[in-house]
Amino acid sequence: MKLNALDRAELAERLRAGRLSLVIGPFHVRVRSELPDVCEGLSRLYGDFPLCDPDAFMDFSVEVRASGGLRRWVWPQVRFLFDGEAPFKPLPRNQAYPFFEWGLNWCVAQHAHEFLIIHAAVLEREGRALVLPGDPGAGKSTLCAALMASGWRLLSDEMALLPERADGLLPMPRPIALKNDSIERIRAFAPQLRLGRSFHDTAKGTVAHVQPTRESVAAQQQAARPALLVFPRFDPDAREAEATAIERPEALLRTVRHAFNYDLLGEEGFRRMRALIDASACHQLRYGSLEDSLQGIRRLWERTMEAEA
Amino acid sequence: MSRTTPLLVRILRSPDRVSALSPGDWDLLVRQARRAGLLGRLHALLEERGLGDAVPGRPAAHLRAARIEADRVNRAACWEAGQIALVGERVGVPVLVLKGGAYALAGLRAARGRLYADLDVLVPRAALDLFEMALRADGWGATHLDAYDQRYYRRWMHEIPPLRHVRRQTNLDVHHGLLPDTVARRPDPRLLLEASRPVPGVEGLYVPAPEDLWLHSAIHLFQEGEFGHALRDLSDLDRLAREFAEQEPEFWRRLERRMVALKAERQASHALRLLDRVLGTPIPAGLLRTARAHAPAAPIDALVHWLFGRVFRPPHQSARVPGQGLAEWLLYVRSHALRMPPHLLLPHLAYKALVAPVREWREAHRERRRRIRALNAENRRA
Repeated sequence: MKLNALDRAELAERLRAGRLSLVIGPFHVRVRSELPDVCEGLSRLYGDFPLCDPDAFMDFSVEVRASGGLRRWVWPQVRFLFDGEAPFKPLPRNQAYPFFEWGLNWCVAQHAHEFLIIHAAVLEREGRALVLPGDPGAGKSTLCAALMASGWRLLSDEMALLPERADGLLPMPRPIALKNDSIERIRAFAPQLRLGRSFHDTAKGTVAHVQPTRESVAAQQQAARPALLVFPRFDPDAREAEATAIERPEALLRTVRHAFNYDLLGEEGFRRMRALIDASACHQLRYGSLEDSLQGIRRLWERTMEAEA
Repeated sequence: MSRTTPLLVRILRSPDRVSALSPGDWDLLVRQARRAGLLGRLHALLEERGLGDAVPGRPAAHLRAARIEADRVNRAACWEAGQIALVGERVGVPVLVLKGGAYALAGLRAARGRLYADLDVLVPRAALDLFEMALRADGWGATHLDAYDQRYYRRWMHEIPPLRHVRRQTNLDVHHGLLPDTVARRPDPRLLLEASRPVPGVEGLYVPAPEDLWLHSAIHLFQEGEFGHALRDLSDLDRLAREFAEQEPEFWRRLERRMVALKAERQASHALRLLDRVLGTPIPAGLLRTARAHAPAAPIDALVHWLFGRVFRPPHQSARVPGQGLAEWLLYVRSHALRMPPHLLLPHLAYKALVAPVREWREAHRERRRRIRALNAENRRA
């Protein structure tokens, strides 16, 4: 059964009771919240995700809760709780939904050390994965949403998950978080995508989430073998997309900088990182517009597939 | 053990029971263990008992993840201790590593799966100034910059204000004693230094002798009043005692003598009886009798143990019992009362409650104004 089989009242009831359990990629997540914003966000963005038995083992039990006391009336705030513990300071009440998304990112990045986790967008085509590690501002999420709209399968907008056995990258196709100008850019580029509400004045400016395509969620248990690794770099001065090949050792060192838990995994982390780099063609892509970047990726992908064939 | 014994405590007492857990039980166990800081230790415990295969796939992934993190912390602590020893060597000061770092350096089972944030070391008081200077030259700076805090630490505490390395961002607590100077009955740190054992392969680095390691852990737990990790700390004592008793048959006898020498009979008395009651640690009957003899007067002892019974539980919603909040608060008050006589304690608490918040607010306000001015200046330039 999927989340969209529940009507809004049933969803709200399960959330209130802490009995909404979702399968999100390799993780089972239990969510509890009495806040209507969280209910609305989940209903708009997680409709295609399967529900699971709330009495079974859950990887993460999270809650978004309104702060009590005076905070109920004066500058109302919300807290994110992971198993009753608040890893962050409270945020203003209107950011309840993005807080859920950030909090869940934190849960995975801090605890799922069975995976080597790299801060990267991952998409799939023809059974092979494209990995886009990116600094904030590199345009990773915008590019990721545009690629998904062009028929790529979303594995993740935030995290590449590399399991111990190297049969590929594991999906965790949660909503894509867009910031500021890229929200309108994606709306214009891909009107068919469904976006959640926009949240203003967050620490990252305005944030809106893109619902993952149905195909992406349906295939969330299918790993994808890496083929192409691209470091995107948005540069307003770039006339057209400019791809530069990167030597493997350098690509490895650069990707390490984007890893969340490389240092924890020690030698095993290096082994997995190396397997990723060895299996991928590695490039840097400088671009000045969304259209250019898509074209640049398309060309690199075709070249990579030809080289392999 | 009563009906309200939390699942985690049951499993710590008898790890074999994991074979009979349902998926829902595993959910609860992992949550309780995570909040108690015992997830990594659970991994170690089950691994040692050959029970690794009894853990289903998803819970096993979380236990392993916690262990991976703890292994990393232990490796880092050992390396950092080596760096501190180098600093000590430069000025001829031997460095005694305490607590978690010592468990790791001594290769003890208690270190397996254990998480901690700070490295604690002890140096002879006479060498403290020299050592601190050498540390500062090596890139260690104070984190508590408030003049009151600095004065408070240096005048009354058994450690200098916490240090942080400017490049590595690691934390270091440098002690010259085991309890604040305001505690009348406190162990002589020289005894610990004299009995300490060198860490093989690292010049100038020492760890306390087994009894001292155990007693310091007990002193810390039953005197310092930080009960956020009470169950984890009690479990440390359990792990240490079991391993020492296994390795050295004389351990319990030596402990009995040493607790007198270190003036830690009271803390040891609480620790031994609670280990027996909560975790079922195998303690010789004679030693338990000694422990009872060192207990405070009966009504006080009964009250204190009633309170302790409420804090040695995982700090998770599922394990809360009535009166727990009150118990934590009373024990916090107790620790302060043990730490300082009232004529010192009351002014300190008054400062912390009344003056410090105002100062912090004023600092924050000034900082905000500075930021706004900087922003305005930037905007004007642009």
